Amino acid sequence: MARRAIPILKHLTRRPTLKGPRPEPNTRSVTYMPRPGDGTPRPVTLIPGDGVGPLVTSAVEQVMEAMHAPVYFERYEVHGDMKRVPQEVLESIRKNKVCLKGGLKTPVGGGVNSLNVQLRKELDLYASLVNCFNLPGLPTRHDNVDIVVIRENTEGEYSGLEHEVVPGVVESLKVITKFCSERIAKYAFEYAYLNNRKKVTAVHKANIMKLADGLFLESCREVATKYPSIKYNEIIVDNCCMQLVAKPEQFDVMVTPNLYGNLVANTAAGIAGGTGVMPGGNVGADHAVFEQGASAGNVGNEKVLEQKKANPVALLLSSAMMLRHLQFPSFADRLETAVKRVISEGKYRTKDLGGDSTTQEVVDAVIANLD
Amino acid sequence: MTSLLLRRILGSRTSQTFSLANPSSNPNALTRDFSSLSNPIRATLFPGDGIGPEIADSVKQVFKEAEVPIEWEEHYVGDQIDPRTQSFLTWESLESIRRNRVGLKGPMATPIGKGHRSLNLTLRKELNLYANVRPCYSLPGYKTRYDDVNLITIRENTEGEYSGLEHQVVKGVVESLKIITRQASLRVAEYAFHYAKTHGRERVSAIHKANIMQKTDGLFLKCCREVAEKYPEIKYEEVVIDNCCMMLVKNPALFDVLVMPNLYGDIISDLCAGLIGGLGLTPSCNIGEGGIALAEAVHGSAPDIAGKNLANPTALILSAVTMLRHLELNDKADRIQNAILNTIAEGKYRTADLGGSSTTSDFTKAICDHL
Repeated sequence: MARRAIPILKHLTRRPTLKGPRPEPNTRSVTYMPRPGDGTPRPVTLIPGDGVGPLVTSAVEQVMEAMHAPVYFERYEVHGDMKRVPQEVLESIRKNKVCLKGGLKTPVGGGVNSLNVQLRKELDLYASLVNCFNLPGLPTRHDNVDIVVIRENTEGEYSGLEHEVVPGVVESLKVITKFCSERIAKYAFEYAYLNNRKKVTAVHKANIMKLADGLFLESCREVATKYPSIKYNEIIVDNCCMQLVAKPEQFDVMVTPNLYGNLVANTAAGIAGGTGVMPGGNVGADHAVFEQGASAGNVGNEKVLEQKKANPVALLLSSAMMLRHLQFPSFADRLETAVKRVISEGKYRTKDLGGDSTTQEVVDAVIANLD
Repeated sequence: MTSLLLRRILGSRTSQTFSLANPSSNPNALTRDFSSLSNPIRATLFPGDGIGPEIADSVKQVFKEAEVPIEWEEHYVGDQIDPRTQSFLTWESLESIRRNRVGLKGPMATPIGKGHRSLNLTLRKELNLYANVRPCYSLPGYKTRYDDVNLITIRENTEGEYSGLEHQVVKGVVESLKIITRQASLRVAEYAFHYAKTHGRERVSAIHKANIMQKTDGLFLKCCREVAEKYPEIKYEEVVIDNCCMMLVKNPALFDVLVMPNLYGDIISDLCAGLIGGLGLTPSCNIGEGGIALAEAVHGSAPDIAGKNLANPTALILSAVTMLRHLELNDKADRIQNAILNTIAEGKYRTADLGGSSTTSDFTKAICDHL
């Protein structure tokens, strides 16, 4: 009897240690078998940008350095008040295929085109992706938010075609093409398929813009028929925003024309914890630019900059997306896990998350939490 | 809470100048407003579709109980397109509103099909309803995830993205025109500042996307700035639409009066309605040239629960209250509004959408009892 009791006792006493501070199981998943040479460091174009951009991009550089991640940065100074994105920057991104970027300030009504938009158009980064989800340990108004907003990035309201018809009357063209609508719909469904997402929701205003948004919907419907395992539905943009603030858990993947995506992504980001923590990027057939998910043009106010208290979490998570994009899954996991630990411990948070830490304190905490 | 109520009552007092709001309003509007009980005011009523007739009955019942001196002129949407309006709305209906200069409208469902204009669009264009005003405030006693919402959205209603000008350039390429004019922008800005002043509001925020649409939204901002100069006592600020969405869901108390072009107004006003519990609780009033006021319930016609005595008449009754304010029947307006707020706060009689189980008629009766 006693002999049989010993293993049981041992088992019982061992159990609590399993619930230690690091709950991950010791087992590894079936291994990832890289091709020979896959560990060669990759060049990544780095644009620190304006405002808090240099602060948060340097956060990424430090963490990458600490992880010994197989990437190195080619750094280029680009600022929002430039007329154009310099040619050498575009060439660097074309060569490296991957870029990491801080925010570029867009002057309002100053006759300068947004460089953020220019970069997307120049490199044909037609899809913008923002992942809005609740981070464990971060209290927000809503729970169970996990929304991916996929936004058409090259046409629509951002066509840049505007003119004054007569004094006091200005026209702006919204352009929707079958080609661009189709490829964004394809990307959204492919994304859902590859990431085991269950539903794609198309956001539109086709009740008013019958032709333009109608064409967008028509394209989405066609693509949807090719993915019978993924649920497809449509929602009018104003109702969408209302539903987002009431029942955000009903949304999964959302596919939108340009402007609506901008609004929906920011609303969703606000619900799940703010633009300071939402990762995202822009991707085309050949290139990808990773940046803070929502509000790329928002470079923070002077006070945040002066006190060096910008939130690096969004860009760190975007870098994790970048590492996965470069097929370094375990580095991506380590970075993501470390950031999530820091957030859930709650000791080091910047002001937008209710804390008082500086950017550097958060970075140090992330590095300390790296496995 | 008390300050909220106090502010609301003060607001209603000052809104006596409502019909003076529009500088270009018809001088006849004043003489008409001094009607007495012996000479009831005529108002046009569109009960609308779906649940419309039921909730319109509620309004009639409450108004009768409160002895409001209004005689309704009921109009229904035709079943054929009236060539004079290119819509299912008849010319006679429009004439009725033009004559009465006040109206109340239930939800209307535009039949799907081509060759006619949407009902709401027809009303807006034909009556020149240039501003849509929606007060959004948290209802005492009805808990949502957002407290202390107390803001007014004022939306330009005649142009912008809803110009209805669209065409196919070549196959697969569609263009939609957004029109911004100086005249319409000045008119809505003027109204917003006037509203802020007469309702004791402190701040007006112009919502825009002028960093991308520099000329169109730039013109809108320029007009707002011009008007702002005439109201030095009111604080004026400009907020980019995506940032506005984010700020609204993070801290709605940051905003006071918002003035916006058409599409942004559509989205933001619905988003705000979501903050306080949905369109079923949000009143809305459209202001037109010449002192026309068309109050409306902005929620859908809910055909699924039509005729089942389950609909929530709150939005339509609160909208009717804004109509009474326009007619300077402030005592009646206050009585009815307080009766609704008290009924909801008490919580005994609530319709299903507010988590209760009351029927429309029970809820209406409870309001009458609270008068």
